[in-house]
Amino acid sequence: MAPALAWLTALMVVPCALVLTLAFFRRGIYGGIEYTVTLENFGLVFDPLYARIFLKSAYIAGTATGIAVIIGYAAAYAIAAAPRRLQPVFLFFAVLPFWSNYLIRTYAWIVLLNREGLITQLLRWVGYTGEPPSMLYTEGAVIAGLVYNYLPFVILACYAPLSRLNPELGEASRDLGASSVTTFRRIILPLTVPGIAAGAVFVFVLSIGNFVTPALLGGGRFQMIGNLVYDQFLTVNDWPFGAALAIALIAVMLLVLMAQSQFADRAAGRTIEARGGADG
Amino acid sequence: MAERSPGTRRALWLVLTLVFAFLYIPIAVLVALSFNNAGLPTAWSGFSLKWYASLAGNSAILSAGLNTLIVGLISTTIATLLGTLLAIGVEMRRQFGKGLEALIFAPMIIPDIVLAIALLSFFSMLNVTMGLQTIIVAHVVFNLAFVCSVVRARLKNFDWSIVEASADLGASAITTFRRVTLPVILPAVVAGALLAFTLSVDEFIIAFFTAGAGKASTTLPIQIYSMIRFGITPEINALATIVMAVSVVALTLSQRLNREVIGQ
Amino acid sequence: MTATDPRYRSSKTSSIALGIALALSTPAAAADLVVSNWDGYMAPDAMEAFKTATGVSGEVVVHATNEEIMGKLVASGGKGYDVIFVSSPFAEVLNKLGLTEPMDHAKIPNLANLYPEATKLPHDVGNSFSVPYTWGTTGLCYRSDLVKEAPTSWNDLLVPSDDLMGKTTMLATDRWLLAAGQLDKGFSVNETDPAKLAEVKDLLISAKKNLLAYDDTTFYSKLVSGEALMVQAWDGWCNYGIAEKPEIKYVIPKEGSDLWVDTMVVMKASQNKDAAFKFINFMLDAKNHAWAAQNIDYKVPNKPAMESLPADFLAKFPNMAMPVADLVKFEQLRDVGNAQRDYAKIVSEIKAAQ
Repeated sequence: MAPALAWLTALMVVPCALVLTLAFFRRGIYGGIEYTVTLENFGLVFDPLYARIFLKSAYIAGTATGIAVIIGYAAAYAIAAAPRRLQPVFLFFAVLPFWSNYLIRTYAWIVLLNREGLITQLLRWVGYTGEPPSMLYTEGAVIAGLVYNYLPFVILACYAPLSRLNPELGEASRDLGASSVTTFRRIILPLTVPGIAAGAVFVFVLSIGNFVTPALLGGGRFQMIGNLVYDQFLTVNDWPFGAALAIALIAVMLLVLMAQSQFADRAAGRTIEARGGADG
Repeated sequence: MAERSPGTRRALWLVLTLVFAFLYIPIAVLVALSFNNAGLPTAWSGFSLKWYASLAGNSAILSAGLNTLIVGLISTTIATLLGTLLAIGVEMRRQFGKGLEALIFAPMIIPDIVLAIALLSFFSMLNVTMGLQTIIVAHVVFNLAFVCSVVRARLKNFDWSIVEASADLGASAITTFRRVTLPVILPAVVAGALLAFTLSVDEFIIAFFTAGAGKASTTLPIQIYSMIRFGITPEINALATIVMAVSVVALTLSQRLNREVIGQ
Repeated sequence: MTATDPRYRSSKTSSIALGIALALSTPAAAADLVVSNWDGYMAPDAMEAFKTATGVSGEVVVHATNEEIMGKLVASGGKGYDVIFVSSPFAEVLNKLGLTEPMDHAKIPNLANLYPEATKLPHDVGNSFSVPYTWGTTGLCYRSDLVKEAPTSWNDLLVPSDDLMGKTTMLATDRWLLAAGQLDKGFSVNETDPAKLAEVKDLLISAKKNLLAYDDTTFYSKLVSGEALMVQAWDGWCNYGIAEKPEIKYVIPKEGSDLWVDTMVVMKASQNKDAAFKFINFMLDAKNHAWAAQNIDYKVPNKPAMESLPADFLAKFPNMAMPVADLVKFEQLRDVGNAQRDYAKIVSEIKAAQ
């Protein structure tokens, strides 16, 4: 434990604290930093514009998370149910596409979905003559792109607890007369809640900070909150306000994650009771 | 799981088929474009290997690819080790403060750009030489948090009394870890490592800021993003195709090797 | 994990932390010349040719955007870098932050190749800290075979006719996005008056409904495929579309354009300043500079280089032949100081609008 905590302290806590402290200072006229203590940056954070952008990106990230968790859980379940020898192979093939590159994967989606793209050409080839469907540059396209790119993380996170599910546990439950739905709901799901929670966190945090997908698949019509922090640091060169925005974002996200973690812990606590019930 | 009804089995195979189709449709496009004669992905203009030929002569892309592999492998190894130990430490104790919990979540939620700028400022303050080594330590920061999350998910229901029993029976801590804890968490450790590697090879902002001022530490994402302005050539598609093909061959070989070893 | 005494634990933690920090800190060695540029923005063998010509070895590294390289230079003080290619407003900021080295004109005799106009650019009169590498305009790039009427005004983009609805794109980079609205309204592209900026914002928000996308990377392939019929574009990028499809044409709207300038600057932290000036001098050589014009299809501010361009090349890309006197009539994007905050906020509001 100590090495990991030391690593985080030396290479995250200390450096980030140095930068985030800048939130208490002011941007110099040319983008440098004027060292007069002020709280005005925190006041600016409460602009309704930023709340709106946060809510919108939380909504997009949340929807992507929901969809990715459902698909990813189903896939992880199916992998965990496959013959043991094949499981690592399936896992490998689930992550392999993501060793290409984010940008060219996204371009591949554009080639498929754009108005003159492969899908439209396919439709025309089978005789469709109407106006081509517009699938790109919409909220749906952004969500689909996020689901696609972060799906393997849900599969990996859910597979971890699913793979240890003892098949006999389910059999015992069935032997005792429980329906498969009850078995799933009472035994399997609670045991795997920690995995689902971890996977959901991955998709949510990675989505809310993503800026390639909204820019390319969303046609720049949407921006995620992470992008706003990025703009302050790099476009405006306003590190103090960027730091204040980052602190606000980190605080909100920490609250969400702590709540999630407590929920997962409680669900896991329930599990032990449920398992006791099944064993008896 | 032979006990499953044929209906359930069919449903599970259907899920796998659909998910893998979803994952591989854009990959098929990506691979096809690497063989497309034209540079712009607007139309198919004939089969060609010219992008593979020009890739072979593009030392910038090739060295960036190699750097990405080095960063990915080393940072994944360190992060998997540290993240797993952290997960065990945290879950074994069960009682830990909110502060510790926040510290473990933080690397995942700190905006990339903040970590990137913070590390660069910090490193230059300390006069650290920037290079692949700084990218690696930076990637370990967020990767260890992701590995830790996956392993913790697996440990949530772990019965720690087995560990105590093993210790009571006189097993050393290392033996206990190897014989008792590790077998239970191994799938999670593997999953965490795959996740860390996948994150590392695609990471751009932090790598850009913590890279040294030289080709020696340019990674593939840095190279590819810089190509946006004048057009990304299908050479990148060719490289991605090769990477995926080599990975599949490596997996096949290791599977065969495994079977032979087990067979003996 | 066995240590239970918290004091012991924390001291161990901090000593490991210190160890990691120390292990990484070795003094930097003086390296070869390091030039940071966008990928593909100069000849692939430029550095080799430079070595052959001068005996100085160096390497080219790449950056994706002005913003990112500037963030990196600001955070690190520019250590390790010698020559940087950035757009002029960013060069201006680097200079104001004290990160650039004054140009030593005695060491760059090829400055004489620059058009006189290129030595008097408002962002840096007399090339005191930056040397222009390419320059051009921002206008409308369109499919002459598919639009009903050739565009003549920014209004044709911002308030498109029915056949163009959902078939136009605008640049996503903040300054150029705003410039389209500022020029349409007849304002300066560096306007900072809040009331005028609010007008620009409203105009651009209403224009958003008719857009296909904001795009500053793939817009020319959208034109080639016919997915978009008219896009806001930098002249050089429109040329990439023209190269693929001759029906694509470029026009500067009647309200005007900005004059964008990409420049080379030398870092104050550079340990190879003489080599850096030699490199800039090398790039300003007529033959080398003409490479940029002919291969990246951007105008360069180098008189002999431009005069060496073949006639068929100029015929293919008419905007390459634009007279310098016309070009410098347009206003440059300048650093707007604290108003940059307002600009960023307006762009956020536009992007967040429904």
